[in-house]
Amino acid sequence: MKRIGAKTALAIALALGGAVTMFPFAWMVLTAFKTNTEAMSPTISLFPAQWQWHNFADTFRAAPFGVYFFNSFVVAVIVTVAVMLTSLMAGYAFARLEFPGRRVLFAMFLATMMVPFEIALIPNFVLIRSLGWYNTYAALIVPWCANAFSIFLARQAFMRLPSDYFDAARVDGCGHLRFLAWVAAPLVKPAVVTVALFAFLGSYNSLIWPLVVTSEENMRVVQVGLTVFSGAEGVEINLLMCASTIVILPTVALYFAAQRNFLEGALGSGIKG
Amino acid sequence: MAKGIVLGIAVVLVLLLPCRATGPVDALLAAADNALDRLRTRKRKDWAVAAVLLAPSIVILGAFGVAPIVAAVYMSLFASKGLAKSFVGLDHYAAALRDPAFWQSAATTIYYVAGTIPATLTLSFLVALCLFRLVRGRGLLRTVYFLPYVTSTVAAAMVWRIIFHPRSGLANALLAWFGFEPKSWLLEARGLLFFLTGEQETLMTVGPSLALCCVILFDIWHSSGFMIVVFLAGLSAIPRELEESARLDGANVFQATWRITLPLLSPTIFFLAIISVIRAFQAFSSFYALTGNGRGPLDTTQNLTVYIFSNFYEYGRLGYGTAVAAMLCLGIVTLTLIQWRAVGRRVHYE
Repeated sequence: MKRIGAKTALAIALALGGAVTMFPFAWMVLTAFKTNTEAMSPTISLFPAQWQWHNFADTFRAAPFGVYFFNSFVVAVIVTVAVMLTSLMAGYAFARLEFPGRRVLFAMFLATMMVPFEIALIPNFVLIRSLGWYNTYAALIVPWCANAFSIFLARQAFMRLPSDYFDAARVDGCGHLRFLAWVAAPLVKPAVVTVALFAFLGSYNSLIWPLVVTSEENMRVVQVGLTVFSGAEGVEINLLMCASTIVILPTVALYFAAQRNFLEGALGSGIKG
Repeated sequence: MAKGIVLGIAVVLVLLLPCRATGPVDALLAAADNALDRLRTRKRKDWAVAAVLLAPSIVILGAFGVAPIVAAVYMSLFASKGLAKSFVGLDHYAAALRDPAFWQSAATTIYYVAGTIPATLTLSFLVALCLFRLVRGRGLLRTVYFLPYVTSTVAAAMVWRIIFHPRSGLANALLAWFGFEPKSWLLEARGLLFFLTGEQETLMTVGPSLALCCVILFDIWHSSGFMIVVFLAGLSAIPRELEESARLDGANVFQATWRITLPLLSPTIFFLAIISVIRAFQAFSSFYALTGNGRGPLDTTQNLTVYIFSNFYEYGRLGYGTAVAAMLCLGIVTLTLIQWRAVGRRVHYE
């Protein structure tokens, strides 16, 4: 009897904690539907007096969020596809091929993971500018098309495949590239999904790099657009919350659609320690 | 125009992805395989295939990951005025060490590290312990706790900004409810100690500002989910018999947790400590989004990353910025190595 009581207390405490965790999101959505006077009023009301659905349309009129979203999605999608390709290719090479210098090269790749980004920020900006890529999609996309962590995840997945598969394919006259494309890559699909999710999320949520390499309004991604919008003179709080809701929505949808892969990805980063 | 091309590439890539083209793509791969196979030698083995597969990653990681480190050290030794460059040796480093703003930023970074990491680790550990014991609803609650970590720092920070709004924010409404004076939160440069000690004038500028404390609070909320999930995985790897037998021998829940679970979990704690120290030293988005420019009231939320950023981005001092960045990186690497040697030895591995 006592044990059940303890379990219930535990569940209630955790549910309360969860409610506190979720509260800012709820507050964001509720404020997004209020009028600005209501949102600015010192007397707090939880629910909007009247749900202002037109706030969302107003937000898109107040700032070119359509353009920002277009930029963010294009950049994130290309980065995601590119990261999938480069990590599959490099991961396969490190896991399955024999060539001189493999260990040294892999160690160098891993070492790039340890280096804080601040030190690369300014030299990379100078490189981008001298390539003539300032204010272009190339600047937002190319530097992020390969990363050591994704390569590491792909390599681990390929290492777990039994080599019999390849031997069998080899007997049938299949080379490495065809084996990778049609046999090995589909077999490591869970790892690829994890890599893709984190690549998309990382690209979509990034702030400092897009801030540094773009200045034109039509090149802004949503994160930069949102910070600029929030700093504008006389910004309306309800519209700011609308914008935040719209910015968060795609990642939340993605998270719920592929929860397990996200958690595995977080754990994948835990294994490497 | 550029937009059309980029969109076109994106659409083609997405359409190509799921299609198992056994026609032309396969023929191309087969031809490449044949050509590469002929380059195979007994001594160098698969070097040709490896070169093709690794080329894109080597180019990108080399150009944007390795080369910048060398370039940064080089750049930090030069002062640039317009296009003219002049060698100044270690002057930037010396100038930084003389700049009070540098030391204030270093202190801010340390307050932030000290404010976020122990609190986040403890909180996540406790939540993970409780979640682990929960039979029903564990999956749902894990999802809930992890959610802030997935959402964009910028968008989440906007909500906290309006919660901390001096005039219409929820935080002040809550204070008023308990009968306290309203505060300016993210706009408040005066220290936390000042308010906790009943507004003692001497403590006005001592310790972290209230604005910095708000940033710390935000990041505890935003990054706990990650730690909870990693802790849960660590907990499920511990054999249950150990704790159960301790309980049978008369240990209570707290003793069993302290003496059995905690030591067995030490590799996880160690890993999280290392990762989170590295991350905390690099924190930028939350500072920038919460305060609008990262520096905050009287520059009291300017950490070293923000300091580097504003020197470079607002004042165009590239050489100086890289010098500070080099010092910060050296600090991070040193600290990680110290943690590794001092704590790593005491970590209990099975």
